[in-house]
Amino acid sequence: MNELLAQLSEWRETLVKRREAFVRRVPWWSRALALLLIVFGIILPFFFSQDSGFMGATIVALAYVVMALGLNVVVGFAGLLDLGYVAFYAFGAYSVGWFGSDFFFKAHIHALVSGIAAHETGIHLNFVLILVCAVVITAVAGMIIGLPTLRLRSDYIAIVTLAFGEIIGVVAVNGTSIHLGGGQTLTAGNLGIPALDLPYFPGIGSFNLLQLRPWYWLIFAIVLLVLFINLRLRDSRLGRAWIALREDEVAAVSMGIPLVRTKLMAYAIGATFGGMSGVFLGAFDTTVNASQFAFSFSIFVLAMIIVGGLGSIWGAVLGALLLSYINYYLIPDVLNGLPHDFGLNFDLTQLSFGIFGFLLVLVMILRPQGLFPERRRRLELTAKIAADDAQLVEVAE
Amino acid sequence: MPDAVNRVLAVLRRYIGRWGLLIALVALPAYYGIHDLTHGYQAGFHAGHAVTRHDLTQLGFNLVEGLSNGAIWALIAMGYTLVYGIIELINFAHGDVFMIGSFTAAGLWGTLGLGLATGPVGLIAGLLLTLIVCMAVCGSLNVLIERVGYRPLRNAPKLAPLITAVGFSFILQNVGLLWLGGSPQGVNDLIRENDTVFQISGVIIHRADLLALGVMIPLVLALAWFIGKTRPGRAMRATAQDPEAARLMGINVNNTISLTFLLGGMLAGAAGLVYALYETTVWYFQGFEAGLIAFTAAVMGGIGNVRGAVLGGLIIGCIQELSDSRLGPQWTEAVVFGYLILVMVLRPRGLIGEETREAG
Repeated sequence: MNELLAQLSEWRETLVKRREAFVRRVPWWSRALALLLIVFGIILPFFFSQDSGFMGATIVALAYVVMALGLNVVVGFAGLLDLGYVAFYAFGAYSVGWFGSDFFFKAHIHALVSGIAAHETGIHLNFVLILVCAVVITAVAGMIIGLPTLRLRSDYIAIVTLAFGEIIGVVAVNGTSIHLGGGQTLTAGNLGIPALDLPYFPGIGSFNLLQLRPWYWLIFAIVLLVLFINLRLRDSRLGRAWIALREDEVAAVSMGIPLVRTKLMAYAIGATFGGMSGVFLGAFDTTVNASQFAFSFSIFVLAMIIVGGLGSIWGAVLGALLLSYINYYLIPDVLNGLPHDFGLNFDLTQLSFGIFGFLLVLVMILRPQGLFPERRRRLELTAKIAADDAQLVEVAE
Repeated sequence: MPDAVNRVLAVLRRYIGRWGLLIALVALPAYYGIHDLTHGYQAGFHAGHAVTRHDLTQLGFNLVEGLSNGAIWALIAMGYTLVYGIIELINFAHGDVFMIGSFTAAGLWGTLGLGLATGPVGLIAGLLLTLIVCMAVCGSLNVLIERVGYRPLRNAPKLAPLITAVGFSFILQNVGLLWLGGSPQGVNDLIRENDTVFQISGVIIHRADLLALGVMIPLVLALAWFIGKTRPGRAMRATAQDPEAARLMGINVNNTISLTFLLGGMLAGAAGLVYALYETTVWYFQGFEAGLIAFTAAVMGGIGNVRGAVLGGLIIGCIQELSDSRLGPQWTEAVVFGYLILVMVLRPRGLIGEETREAG
C-alpha cells in the first residue's frame, strides 16, 4: 500500500514538473492566443449559412491542413522529399469506399451504423472505425513505400515515392479488372464508388450534406488532434532525431540514432495523417473516383508546405489554408471570369496548376524559407550560411 | 549455425546485387518467348478461323518496336544524364521541354503547310527545317529554365532546385494545356509511319522504326564526339568531375553548365519531333510520362553516363512495348515504374555504373 502511494506521489511530482516546464516553455500570451483561436474556430460556422460555398471551401481547406501537416512530417521534419503523397489520400478515400458503402456487395458486415447503411449489403463500419482502419492501412503502406528508399540519396527518394504514387494511381484506375471473386472488383476505376455512408455518431446522429456545420466541427476536431500530435512530436525525442537526420545523416547515425526506424516512423506517421484526411475527404465527397489520385495532388500539398515554410507547423497550417482557399474559393468562385474581362478566351481554373508551379518557383527563388519559416530552416537556407558550409566542406576535404 | 546462415545471406545479397536487375530484365522477354512457343499466340484470321502460331516472330516484332520506341527515350534520357552528371539535379522539367518540342513540330508543320500531299523533296526539307527549329527552341528553353530557376539556387540545399524543377514542369504543362487543349491531338502522319520497309524472317520493320533509330544514332555519335573530342566537351567533363577545380583551371563553369542544358534541350527537341511523327498524336501530358520513363532509363544505365542512358532507353523501350502488347497499355506505366523501383532497390548505380561526383 505504501509502495503504491509512493509510486502515485512520484507520478504526481513528474506531472507537476511537466506542467511547470510547459508553463515555462509556453508563455501566457501564447496559451491565450491558442484558446482564442480554438474558440474562434468553434463559433466560426455560426457566421455563415449552413450551405454557403465559403463553408464548403473551409471544410476542404481544413482537410488539406491535415494533409499538409502529414507531409510536413516527412518532408519538413525528416527531409525526405515525398512526391507520392497522393497514395495515402487514395488509401484513406478507398477505406471509406471499401468499409463504408455497399461496394463489396457480397459481404454483410455492420458495426455501429444507423439508417439505410444498417440494412444494406456491403461492409458498413462506423466513421471512427473506418478512420482507425485507414490509419493502420496507411501506416503499413507508408512503411512499405519507405523501405526501398532507406539507402537512397535524397533526390532518388523523390523519384521512388513518385513512382509508388503513380503505381497506386494506375492500380486505382485499372482496379475494375482486378477481380476479388463474386463479381466484386478492387476499385470502381474512373466511374467511382458512389453513395458512401455519411458519418454517424451514436447520440449525435447522422450527418447530411445540406448541413455543413457538423462536418466543419468534425474536421476541426481532427485538425486540433493532428496539430497537437504534431507539436508534441516535433519536440519529442523522435522529432529531434528526424531533424538531426535531415541536417546530417552521417553525424546523426554516428550519434546513435537508429536510421531505419526513425525514417520509417516518419513515413508511417506522415502517411497516417494523409489517410485520416483522405477518409474525411472521401466521406465529404460521398464518392471515391480514381481520377482524383493524380500526381498534381501531391504537388498541390507539397506547394502548401513549401509556401508556408518547410518544417514549420504553423507554416504548413497557413500554407494549406492559403492555397486551398485560392484553389477552391478564389479561383473558381471569385476570379474565374477575370481572363474574360480582359478579353482572353480561357477560364482561370485551367491555369490552376500552372499557378502552383509558378508559386513553387517564386517561393524557392525569392524566399526559400517560406512565408512562415521555422527558425532553424531559415538559418540553413540563408545563402551566406550555405556558402560558409560549402567552404567548410572544402577545407575538410 | 547463425553464422553460416548469415554467410549464406551475405552471398545471396551480393548475388542479388550483381545479377538481380539483369535477371529481372531478362525475365520479361524470356517469359513471353516461352509462352509464345508453348501456348502459341493468335496471328490474325484465315478463312474465318483464328490462326495460332508457335514461334518467336511476335516477340521479335515487340523487340523491334521496343528498340525504336526506346530510341526516343534514349534521346530524352541523355538530357537527364548530362544534367545530372554536371549539377546533380533531376531536371524534372526536362520531359515537358520534350513535350514543347513535339508541340513546336506540330505547330510548325501547320505553318509550313506540310501535309499528306507534300512531295518527298519538300517533305525532307520541311522535316529538316522543323528538326533544327525544334532543337533550337527546346535548347534555348532549357537554358532559360536553368538561368532563371537553377542558377540562383546553386549553393542552396539539394531539394531547392528540385522543387523549382517541379514548378517549371507544371508551368510548361500548363502552357501545353492552353496551347493545344486538354485531350490528345492527332497530327498528320507525314511519313506514313506504318508502311513496311522490309521484313527479316517475318518481323516487319516500319518506317517509323527506321526514322527513330536514324535520328537517334547520328545524334548520339555527334554527342559522343562533342563530349569526347572538343574543347567545350572536355570542359563539361572537367566541370562534372570537380566544378571548383575546373573553375581554377580557367573554365567558365556557368557557361559550361548552360551548354550542358543547351545540349540536353536540343536532344529533347529532336526526340519531340520524332515522337510526333512516330505516335502521330501530341498531348500536353506526354512529357510527364516520357520524362519519368526516360529518367528510369537514365538511372537504369547509370546516371551521368551517356552510353548508359542509351542502353537504358532501349531496354525501357522494350519493356514498355512488351507490356503494351501483352498486358495492355493501361498497365504500362505501372510496369515501368515497377522496374524503376527494382532498379533503385537492386542496383541504384545502374547497369554500366554511374559517373557522378558521389560515385567518385
